[in-house]
Amino acid sequence: MDTKGYLHMDLLRFSTAGNVDDGKSTLIGRLLYDSKSIFEDQMEAVEQASRRTGSEDVNLALLTDGLRSEREQGITIDVAYRYFATPVRKFIIADTPGHIQYTRNMVTGASTTDLAIILIDARNGVSEQTLRHTYIASLLGIEQVTVCINKMDIVDFSQDVFENIKNDFLTITKNLNLKNVKFIPVSAKYGDNVVDKSENMPWYEGCTLLHHLETVVIDRNSTSGMRFPVQYVVRPISDKFHDFRGYAGRIVGGNVAKGDRVIALPSGIKSQITSIHLGEEEKETAQISESVVIQLADDIDISRGDILVAENAPQPNISNDIRLTICWLNQKPMSTITKYIIRHTSRECLGVVKAINHLMDINTLEKRENAETLKMNDIGSINLRTSVPLVFDHYSENRATGCLIFIDPDTFETVGAGIIE
Amino acid sequence: MKNTLSHIRELEAESIYVLREVAAQFQKPALLFSGGKDSIVVAHLAYKAFYPAKIPFPFLHIDTGHNFKETIDYRDMMVQKLGVNLIVGSVQESIDTGRVREETGYYASRNLLQTTTLLDTIEKHKFDCAIGGARRDEEKARAKERFFSHRDEFGQWDPKNQRPELWGLFNGHHHMGEHFRVFPISNWTEMDVWQYIFMEKIDMPSIYFTHERQVFFRDGQWLAAEECMTLKPTETVETRQVRCRTIGDISCTGLTLSKADCLEDIIEEIAATRVTERGSRADDKRSETAMEDRKVVGYF
Repeated sequence: MDTKGYLHMDLLRFSTAGNVDDGKSTLIGRLLYDSKSIFEDQMEAVEQASRRTGSEDVNLALLTDGLRSEREQGITIDVAYRYFATPVRKFIIADTPGHIQYTRNMVTGASTTDLAIILIDARNGVSEQTLRHTYIASLLGIEQVTVCINKMDIVDFSQDVFENIKNDFLTITKNLNLKNVKFIPVSAKYGDNVVDKSENMPWYEGCTLLHHLETVVIDRNSTSGMRFPVQYVVRPISDKFHDFRGYAGRIVGGNVAKGDRVIALPSGIKSQITSIHLGEEEKETAQISESVVIQLADDIDISRGDILVAENAPQPNISNDIRLTICWLNQKPMSTITKYIIRHTSRECLGVVKAINHLMDINTLEKRENAETLKMNDIGSINLRTSVPLVFDHYSENRATGCLIFIDPDTFETVGAGIIE
Repeated sequence: MKNTLSHIRELEAESIYVLREVAAQFQKPALLFSGGKDSIVVAHLAYKAFYPAKIPFPFLHIDTGHNFKETIDYRDMMVQKLGVNLIVGSVQESIDTGRVREETGYYASRNLLQTTTLLDTIEKHKFDCAIGGARRDEEKARAKERFFSHRDEFGQWDPKNQRPELWGLFNGHHHMGEHFRVFPISNWTEMDVWQYIFMEKIDMPSIYFTHERQVFFRDGQWLAAEECMTLKPTETVETRQVRCRTIGDISCTGLTLSKADCLEDIIEEIAATRVTERGSRADDKRSETAMEDRKVVGYF
């Protein structure tokens, strides 16, 4: 085991979405199996369960469908997280169901990922489902879309079939602003182009799915500049650290360095970073994704919910009136009279829906005006009024400061996912 | 600019973020500390999350009374070193007061009984959040678990009706009497845990390293021949070189024949192994959905 190599690997989070028959579970099973991430006792348990349910082949879906009701019904309901590593990279898969009634689960799974795998059955070509999955990936700001055209074995590994589907896909998604799309012809069942290069498709000159996942460059940094939402104020009550007052949080944009000039928002008070800490270690700099404690030169009033931004970087918006694309997550439809609890970065306030601009038909991407409400799994555009001004960026500029959730004030359930337009 | 944070540092940052959310969102959280490797890593992360301040919540240990001595010694050492309060919920006390009935027979275990003690302790101290070291890669029901996992007033988990968890926005709102289980190292694998322990030079209980122990063989695994275990007439006690890959109650902790005496050796061993760590846990083998069933009623 190369410990040094292991500790220096980076992390790729990707999502998959799919229905029962499109080979999603087989594809994941293939990735896990061929990268030796399935253990003997897991395999034995799956083999036993397959036999008990009368399945002839080993049902790899049982590896990912963990809940009793999922196993009984033979469907994926919830998001399941899977982990595997190759000597090059560590991977987290958010495995989500593909059916329209689980849109909310797809949105949830996609919200934390860097890459989305879109599966297309080579026999059927681009379908409503393809468009829906791709739309969700683009809505959630996923930089990389990898289209796996599966079941190539059934279409005689035909290059024409592959090229036609590729062209159809590009035509139908041309308005989605996809940045990086990659097409790979695979047979998950037989392993062609999943981990090993296919001998059946000499016409395909690209890399295998695993090779792509291992080498694709992920740029997680946002265009917004430095953003540091304050989570918690660290004030030790001890003689040694008597005057210590640190702001704990996670950097969600840009970098920080000792000496940087910063502005605390929404107050607008300026100061300078005097030290950066991670545990006992004092750091000169820290980058996006790091959780640190920052001390400032001036004794100013900053608490949870405030955001530190770099003085010389692009400034965020500050407003009570926010236009959002929202995915409704709850059985109780969205109400325009309820005062929802709004959670944005580390700040909470109340919010009321002022207008529903339109509802999106996610199978056709047509907008429907005059919608009265949003039901579970609906996606639409709304205007939100908040009880205090929020400090935000547009989602396309910064995923972390451009998103928020709605919490029901009675049940406290998370009922809506908002993307700031 | 490319993201240059290593995966282990990214996982660390994520876990620290989650721990700080707990401190900010809950009135009275507690950290479930068993002295096992996962809770040791969570405790270490909590130390880093709030330094130079002390960890702002107590440790809670559910004591089955059937613990390995090394684990208890380690627990007491850690609590003193970190300067945190320790609260112990005793399964023996739950048995003595008639809250639960001790299982009998060769397969008797206090593993299931812990749930009652845990829920009683949470209720008694009015904890609104219990931080645990469970990981999604451990078991298929845990793969569906949230970072912030809601429990109703009976301590129950409803796997079909979990709150959606989007981005890094965690929702800890709850009604009186309900609580949350929070799992900061959800996204870590067993290998990540050991590599992190190695990287951060964290002291571990001696029981994780090879040692001589009185053991017996049952159903394909080695178990410790301690007083609380009843041997079948056909089973014999032997002395072997073993270590723990995972630590639970003595009655359900399988021991691995191993000569690993340092962290590098343990990492080598895990890299080569073809069986999951919970493969050595008898508590998971009771049925196909044993973990889900236990979690629904309030298990860790």
